[in-house]
Amino acid sequence: MTKQRAAVLGTGQTHHTTKRTDVSMPGLLREAVDRAMRDARVEWSDIDAVVLGKAPDLFEGVMMPELFLADALGANGKPLLRVHTAGSVGGSTALVAASLVQSGVHRRVLTVAYEKQSESNAMWALSIAPPFSMPVGAGAGGYFAPHVRSYIRRTDAPDHIGALVAVKDRRNGALNPYAHLRQEDITFDSVRASQMLWDPIRYDETCPSSDGACAMVLGDEAAGDAVDGGAAWVHGTAMRTEPTTFAGRDQVNPQAGKDAAAALWKAAGITDPLSEIDVAELYVPFSWFEPMWLENLGFTEEGSGWKLTESGATALDGTLPVNPSGGVLCTNPIGASGMLRCAEAAKQVMGRAGDYQVDGARKAVGHAYGGGSQYFAMWLVGADKPVG
Amino acid sequence: MSNVAVVGFAQAPNVRNTQGTTNGVEMLVPTLAEAFEQTGLSKSDIGFWCSGSSDYLAGRAFSFISAVDAIGAFPPINESHVEMDAAWALYEAWVKILTGEVDTALVYGFGKSSAGTLRRVLSLQLDPYVAGPLWPDSISIAGLQARLGLESGRWTEEAMAEVAARSLADATTNDRAQRSGDAEVAELLANPVVADPLRAHDIAPVTDGASVVVLAAEERAREIVDRPAVITGFEHRIDSPSLGSRDLTDSPSTRAAAAAAGIDGVELAELHAPFTHQELILREALGLDSGVRVNPSGGALAANPMFAAGLTRIGEAAKQIIDGTAGKVLAHATSGPALQQNLVTVLEGIR
Repeated sequence: MTKQRAAVLGTGQTHHTTKRTDVSMPGLLREAVDRAMRDARVEWSDIDAVVLGKAPDLFEGVMMPELFLADALGANGKPLLRVHTAGSVGGSTALVAASLVQSGVHRRVLTVAYEKQSESNAMWALSIAPPFSMPVGAGAGGYFAPHVRSYIRRTDAPDHIGALVAVKDRRNGALNPYAHLRQEDITFDSVRASQMLWDPIRYDETCPSSDGACAMVLGDEAAGDAVDGGAAWVHGTAMRTEPTTFAGRDQVNPQAGKDAAAALWKAAGITDPLSEIDVAELYVPFSWFEPMWLENLGFTEEGSGWKLTESGATALDGTLPVNPSGGVLCTNPIGASGMLRCAEAAKQVMGRAGDYQVDGARKAVGHAYGGGSQYFAMWLVGADKPVG
Repeated sequence: MSNVAVVGFAQAPNVRNTQGTTNGVEMLVPTLAEAFEQTGLSKSDIGFWCSGSSDYLAGRAFSFISAVDAIGAFPPINESHVEMDAAWALYEAWVKILTGEVDTALVYGFGKSSAGTLRRVLSLQLDPYVAGPLWPDSISIAGLQARLGLESGRWTEEAMAEVAARSLADATTNDRAQRSGDAEVAELLANPVVADPLRAHDIAPVTDGASVVVLAAEERAREIVDRPAVITGFEHRIDSPSLGSRDLTDSPSTRAAAAAAGIDGVELAELHAPFTHQELILREALGLDSGVRVNPSGGALAANPMFAAGLTRIGEAAKQIIDGTAGKVLAHATSGPALQQNLVTVLEGIR
């Protein structure tokens, strides 16, 4: 079977904030969808299928909301798929949409991911204690803080690295008109002075809780060729899963993430990610996850991710800008966060990233993870068509 | 486009109530083992995994994450999940094989409906701003649909009871059926209505269950079984969620999916109809003539494991090809209130 080329034709997202009480769920989705369709210059009749992703249904209190959203998504009479793979879902959803084109099944696919946390209570949804399951406890921060402490202990990283990431991402976010948190005046000292939430994660080093949506239109080779200024071509995709808990599991540097990255580099013909990748949008909900994922993805060897961060290489003007959009630290509509990473990567190679455009970005990675660092979805997009 | 085929199918016993957790592990472990034994494959042979399930049915967030424990997913696996009936997970896996990235896939669905009150849980599928707060339950909505058909002359209570009688009689030879038996139409019609005009026989039972289907690219499939069930059509469509604006006695999404899939010449159809009158709607939308055998397994009226029942229809239909009983079959799956979303698969025993 021969894989067809697929490309991002356009992207769109909502303005993100804690409570988007000005719109219903259909209204929120249409804000992103309409922007993506305008950016892609397509009409409803051009769309062959719709793929929707979001995190647990309990976050809004609607079971399989794609059913009631079919009208707003223009899906009536068309195929509609609903993906759910935990926090990585936005990435997985983009990958499923890409596969619908790569398989030759469809020519143009609309994909959208969202979360409207203000309609329910995410902390409640995550705190239900099913029988025989280990409780997550104090939400995501409490769950991941021990992983960060373990990372610091293993690598002897100085304790200010997290604050460096927070300052960089929040200032990047100030350049992004859609970001939830836009803090151009944030400083290293103010981050270090902010409230400790889950040691060593401080208030300014954690992601906000956002309402928001992201959408993309993907198309086949002919559609990609027609994009004014160039499409973002899909060079590779990878998804991997491992169980939440088992004896000997490395939760700091999970095998599933390493395997997914290795598969991604192989699919895209990358042998030296650090020199070949121009920009990375990584899923960093807590500042310290930047150095952790730099290692997990293979940008640096194990134990030296923090050195890359400390050197300034991941800044907007560095050798590997990470999260020029501000990333998850500025905007976290959970189910959409992974798709935002994929869409922001596409915007960079299409030259449509505005004030946070990385000069000369030709190859970009969009990355998402979920569950207890056990679900990974990532893609690599390029300004040029993939070879072969 | 190349061919992909079903090479294996296994299902858990369909029962009213299991003692296990809502994450499906206890139902899935033996079912996965059966699918591996049948196909001679093992975990490491599977290129892609995809499942279908619902957090709301399980009463918790991320139930599918715990379900992965049934696989033993280390080394890590290439895996995805749909919050839909696993028939749509099979669709995602079919697409994945068509990309050429993998040549095998294992798909599973599970649901423990006994954990809650299913008809009320399904109310949460409705528009949460307008319809949902009124809490119309799934059986009441189906009752309104049945009533519309009766009053417009599209079907009769006798025709509905005939569907039940045939399904339950066929289910007597299905050792995984939850409900079966021989009953006369007149006897069934003498029973009281549960949700007017629906009687107990018109409504699928509440079932705990799980099922597994194994897919392979055609060349690989022929190494696994003599007569793989080759997928020659696979389409799905959705209708508007607005119950007031849809013609509930018709199923345009089923008709459109069937037209795109190409169903001419099917000898047998496994239809996912959780209510008797819905089988009548589907037969009409699909244009099935009386020569097409419908639901030899007994269908959803014999067992309706949520999020697996649609996949089970595809598995049951594929079995008829694999064992040489039929040459071309159709399987259908549905999702959402009153047949909102529908999927049609055509399988053939191509030599």
